[in-house]
Amino acid sequence: MTTEVGSETDVKKEPEKVPEVQQQTESQQTDQPDKAADSADQPSSASADQPQEESQSAEAKSDPEESASPEPSSPPAAGGQKKDKGISRFLPPWLKRQKSLSQDKPESTAPAKQESVEAVKEEHEEASQPKEETDGGGAATASTEQTEEVKEVKEVREESRAEEVQVEEKEKEEEKSIGSADTQPVREEKEGESEVKESEEQKEQEEEKTEEEQVIQQETSVLSALKLNKKMKMVVCHVTLLDGSQFSCEVEKRAKGQYLFFQVCEHLNLMEKDYFGLNFKDNAEQRCWLDPTKEIKRQIRNSQWQFGFSVKFYPPDPSQLTEDITRYLLCLQLRQDIASGRLPCSFVTHALLGSYTLQAELGDHDPEEHRLDYISDFQFAPNQTKELEEKVVELHKSHRGMTPAQADAQFLENAKKLSMYGVDLHHAKDSEGVDIMLGVCSNGLLIYKDRLRINRFAWPKILKISYKRSNFYIKIRPGEAEQFESTVGFKLPNHRAAKRVWKVCVEHHTFFRLVSPEQPTKTKFLTLGSKFRYSGRTQAQTRQASSLIDRPAPYFQRTSSKRISRSLDGAPVVNVSDYSQALTAGAGENGPSLELNSDSKSSQVEVAEKPNTDAAASITSETAFETDKSGPGAPDKKSKLRVQGENIYVRHSNLMLEDLDKTQEDVLKHQASISELKRSFMEATPEPRPSQWDKRLTGSPATTLRLQAQGSLEEELTSLFLSKACFSGLSGSCNITAAPAEASKDSAQPEVPQQTPPRPGTDSRDASKNAEVKPEVNGQPEVIEVVEETVVIEEVVKAKPKSPAPEATVTVNAEHAADVKEERSLSSDSESEEEAEYHAQPPSTSVSTQLIKEEPEEEQEAELTQQAPPSAIEPQPITEAAEAAPAAEEEKPTVQLEEDVHADEPSVTPDEAPNGHAHPDEATPTLNAAAAEEEEPHIVNGSASRVETEHLPQVICCSEPPVVKTEMVTISDTFAAQKTEISTKEVPIVHTETKTITYEAAQLDGNGDGEPGVLMTAQTITSESLCTTTTTHITKTLKGGLSETRIEKRIVITGDSDIDHDQALAQAIKEAKEQHPDMSVTRVVVHKETELAEEDD
Amino acid sequence: MANIYPYGCFTHAVVRSIPESFGKLAEGGEGFETDLAKAQRQMGVLTGALRQKVGLQLIEIPAVSELPESWRIEDIAVIQGDTALITRPFKQQRRAEAEAVRRVLNELKLTVVEMGDEEGGSGGATLEGSDVLFTGKEFFVGISKHTNHRGAEVLADTFKDFAVSTVPVCGGSRLKNICSMGGPDTIIISSGDGAKKTLRVMEQLTDHHYEILSVPEDVAANCIYIRGPSRADYLLHPTAEECPNSVPVSNRGWSVHIVLYERNCALPSQCDLSGEKHAAGINFNYTNECCDTDLCNTAATISSPCWTGAVLSLCSLALLLQLG
Repeated sequence: MTTEVGSETDVKKEPEKVPEVQQQTESQQTDQPDKAADSADQPSSASADQPQEESQSAEAKSDPEESASPEPSSPPAAGGQKKDKGISRFLPPWLKRQKSLSQDKPESTAPAKQESVEAVKEEHEEASQPKEETDGGGAATASTEQTEEVKEVKEVREESRAEEVQVEEKEKEEEKSIGSADTQPVREEKEGESEVKESEEQKEQEEEKTEEEQVIQQETSVLSALKLNKKMKMVVCHVTLLDGSQFSCEVEKRAKGQYLFFQVCEHLNLMEKDYFGLNFKDNAEQRCWLDPTKEIKRQIRNSQWQFGFSVKFYPPDPSQLTEDITRYLLCLQLRQDIASGRLPCSFVTHALLGSYTLQAELGDHDPEEHRLDYISDFQFAPNQTKELEEKVVELHKSHRGMTPAQADAQFLENAKKLSMYGVDLHHAKDSEGVDIMLGVCSNGLLIYKDRLRINRFAWPKILKISYKRSNFYIKIRPGEAEQFESTVGFKLPNHRAAKRVWKVCVEHHTFFRLVSPEQPTKTKFLTLGSKFRYSGRTQAQTRQASSLIDRPAPYFQRTSSKRISRSLDGAPVVNVSDYSQALTAGAGENGPSLELNSDSKSSQVEVAEKPNTDAAASITSETAFETDKSGPGAPDKKSKLRVQGENIYVRHSNLMLEDLDKTQEDVLKHQASISELKRSFMEATPEPRPSQWDKRLTGSPATTLRLQAQGSLEEELTSLFLSKACFSGLSGSCNITAAPAEASKDSAQPEVPQQTPPRPGTDSRDASKNAEVKPEVNGQPEVIEVVEETVVIEEVVKAKPKSPAPEATVTVNAEHAADVKEERSLSSDSESEEEAEYHAQPPSTSVSTQLIKEEPEEEQEAELTQQAPPSAIEPQPITEAAEAAPAAEEEKPTVQLEEDVHADEPSVTPDEAPNGHAHPDEATPTLNAAAAEEEEPHIVNGSASRVETEHLPQVICCSEPPVVKTEMVTISDTFAAQKTEISTKEVPIVHTETKTITYEAAQLDGNGDGEPGVLMTAQTITSESLCTTTTTHITKTLKGGLSETRIEKRIVITGDSDIDHDQALAQAIKEAKEQHPDMSVTRVVVHKETELAEEDD
Repeated sequence: MANIYPYGCFTHAVVRSIPESFGKLAEGGEGFETDLAKAQRQMGVLTGALRQKVGLQLIEIPAVSELPESWRIEDIAVIQGDTALITRPFKQQRRAEAEAVRRVLNELKLTVVEMGDEEGGSGGATLEGSDVLFTGKEFFVGISKHTNHRGAEVLADTFKDFAVSTVPVCGGSRLKNICSMGGPDTIIISSGDGAKKTLRVMEQLTDHHYEILSVPEDVAANCIYIRGPSRADYLLHPTAEECPNSVPVSNRGWSVHIVLYERNCALPSQCDLSGEKHAAGINFNYTNECCDTDLCNTAATISSPCWTGAVLSLCSLALLLQLG
């Protein structure tokens, strides 16, 4: 931990290293009841949820503590949480830890050993801690303590995002394990076993409690809430409830949104809380939803701590709500909406709804008591007339005998039919500048012009949602007769508005459309831009949870807000009976404890990336790997090298996750299957879409790509330069030099955005290498690492429309769950980001193909993803330049200099070296080819030397960019030793900037991916640092009688050419091996993407 | 109030007699020779069916010779629930038709909403009821040469409870000329190219699911679905004569009585229309028999409007009594 301390983000990442074994054991313990196969999944499942959450929280806590006080006993491993963001929930605690470790390692390659040691310590600690958090269900006190701890941790470090997740988890817990079933990811389908899980959960909770107690004892002094409070800076939050009353509560200054939300829900005695949310007014007086997973302070910025509690997701069928109190709150919200005119309705409807309101609030009409003015306190419509009031009274008389609950139900039955029910409207302009309104609702996106509905996009028709700057895009699934999906763009008043719409869409889609929150879609990780995802429960989950609510209907008092203010003492509207209070208290306690520290980081990264709008958004990833390399002094500022994707597949007989299972089954083989991330890559690169949102068709990308390709050469140099800055910044964060680098970044960034055309720059080059290193040769355990490095170089200089910033992302996919060293993602908040993408649905094959089609011109290579990861990988449409990062870097300077025209050269060389892939270079093929050929050995050597020095990767397969050609070269393991010897079958001239090289180890098992197995579980963990994004994808499949665990690790290194990709790759492989000694690396795919960013003219 | 009653529960029908000047200014143009007697006889059949077979209270507004198109009463008002919107027809000379209609609607205690002054905020807005399709859940407004966006906005302002979607209408016709409601959640629509395009847009815009009954002819899509006071379902469809052959059969369990009213058939293609549609739960066996050609009126367009006029009035008034 201490070593890491340098930067908060770094620190977080580092500490998380936890021995896999320990983690596994822990996780297993908790999960054990379930099948072995499930073990991995379980964490995601309900039962697992709590523990996970707890673990996360614990981790988060631990980090801060560690930083603050080195004591191991303190909650360890906070960092992991950060990474996870939304994802963390799903991941089992140990996974998280692992991720964190992995991340940490990359950061500090040299000190890895130290880290490992620390990690071990942490792991132990973590194991104990996680439980603590979970205890919430049981004792309120314990929960409170935990929460307090958490708070402290927050103070120490706010950065951990995981905390947010934890909070949510807490919520789940609060719901009395109901949530457990809900939270379960789809894969886990074992919902039927929910009962079992629950029992498990309880057990876990108990365990956790015990653990917590222990921890508490250790930390006794710290734990006490009072003490904590003293330490913490407390802020009083004022929340306006739906009945108009004010609820005030003290929260720690760094508390996350969840904490406050839970406090409010507890106050209201609300269990079906997932439909609700807190909002606040930003500086522009715009209502923004408070992200529960983030620090309040960071969201409200300079605004006052004044919030509103309101309905966030309007249930399409309120009758399916379980509790009357929930319906009551929904009624209150709708009354507000109607009175404010937000929910327009006719006179008759106003009257009818008003009459139900009266019946609910006042009971039967009493001619004596209720004079005509008795309703004057109520507002039934924006413009209330005497006529309306008379009509209301008339109808009220007809409701005699109706109970308040029935009246509310009738109210909702009528209100839900209103066309604008649950529609969240946003002002926008269409491509032609016409004022329209975007309406986000449960069914999809509605487009209004004035009050007329002029278009509608149901969720199933939407493939992707994204925003860039002030533009908001939706990609539409192609119709029956259409071949390509189209993209529709809308212009929002400003960037914040665009982001707000995007977030609302993401949330609504997830809540209403998905069964479970989007699993950590790897692809998304890679994507530049906001990582924001809805992390709460979906409607399906909340319904399931609600069905498990087992409490007497809570007593609450219906009172109109006005009435309260007058007649009542101003007491909060909702009165909770003692009994109910007790229950709620118990639930609430858990929640608070769960809350974690808020994270604050990644803003820097974003900034750096921003220069390229596209890249910026996606790039956010940070360097898990050390970006020690100083940029080759790349001349151009504009271009950035992006190394995307190192995928390390570790296959081994013993998977930590599976261990439990294995005991039963003795599974010898574990294959890590990873599917990955083609999409992610594709996405990662800025989309080629026209800057002008006006254009609705995506068809143009090809052209853009072409342009980019041309510019690529120039860009490369530039990219290098930029990369330096980035790296330096990274290093700085880690260690020292950062300051200058950062400064450079900052300066560069602002410039870039301007220069870069609005359109997402397509990656000019993608070079991907797949290198498989067999540990055996080296004497190391069999480890096959697939490293994908994508370097994208973008040039601003060129007038070409493309504006992609070159990014280098190295993704290491380790199939081990354990492999994931660190998942800490520093991912910057979406807020800072200018762009973000969200795939409404798992990218369809069609999409990928399209993307590919588009790219081919520019990028011929980049289709690695297809080869490597069987399942998950989604093609990322954007340019994928998979080049061996190292090779690309080395080559670039020289090659580029030589050939200005073809930026591709650098990428080419790397590719050639390993695979001898044919890179179709249109221009100057000869030169490139020659250079490439010559370079190949270098590249190979270089990469090998750096990366492989420790590990001898064997190059088995080389694949070219997917679009153009895909060549697979298979080299037996023996070859591995000699990388240089690898003969290039073809030395094509590549204009494309993407190269993919795959190193595959011969499969010992002979268990090819080809064997269809039964997918038992799949998990994805993503962590981000400034320069790298590590995504770990763990899939568990059952083949025959053998369960197979495959860990795919993708490391995206974003940086300038300065980064030594070879070294980074080597480090990644090394770390993967270290982390998962019992697994072997089956495949290493290096995807190098170079983007040339052209400025918008 | 929103949809308290299922679609089609009408209680009243307002129609307007065919004036002596019938056909003079008809849309069909000068080329068409209209048969006043025939039209009047058809109107008689229609009103008789509405009154006696369906059992609606029929209100008949006397004809005015100065208003040759006044029989197309549907254009003049859009009624939903107890609210009636007096429209502003595209043709200036037709706007005088609203006076009598307004009076009747007021007598029926409907909340009458005007589109506003010509010069006001709704200036330039035109709306004709035959371009408005109310499905019971939402409105579709056909944007045609008779109805523009401004008019649709006024409609949306008037009926705030419902989504109002605009759809294109091709070929210069009106929305109700190519489609109509054939029952709750059932839309009868022509299978013509223009109608298909319109249908696609409708399906794109709607949040609800409708059964689609496509018929080969535009005219055949011109139907009136009424759930009469006796709780029996009626589908009035444009077949020349009451012919037992055209019997929609519903598997849903409600009885469907087809009331055929005589109408003129303008085009030979109308004759012997037959269509078969299997829509979830509903199996329609649809047959159009052409009336005796001797009786046919040359003005095809005229007949359908006449018919639609009745539809409108029916729809609008249906909910009134129930609410009261």
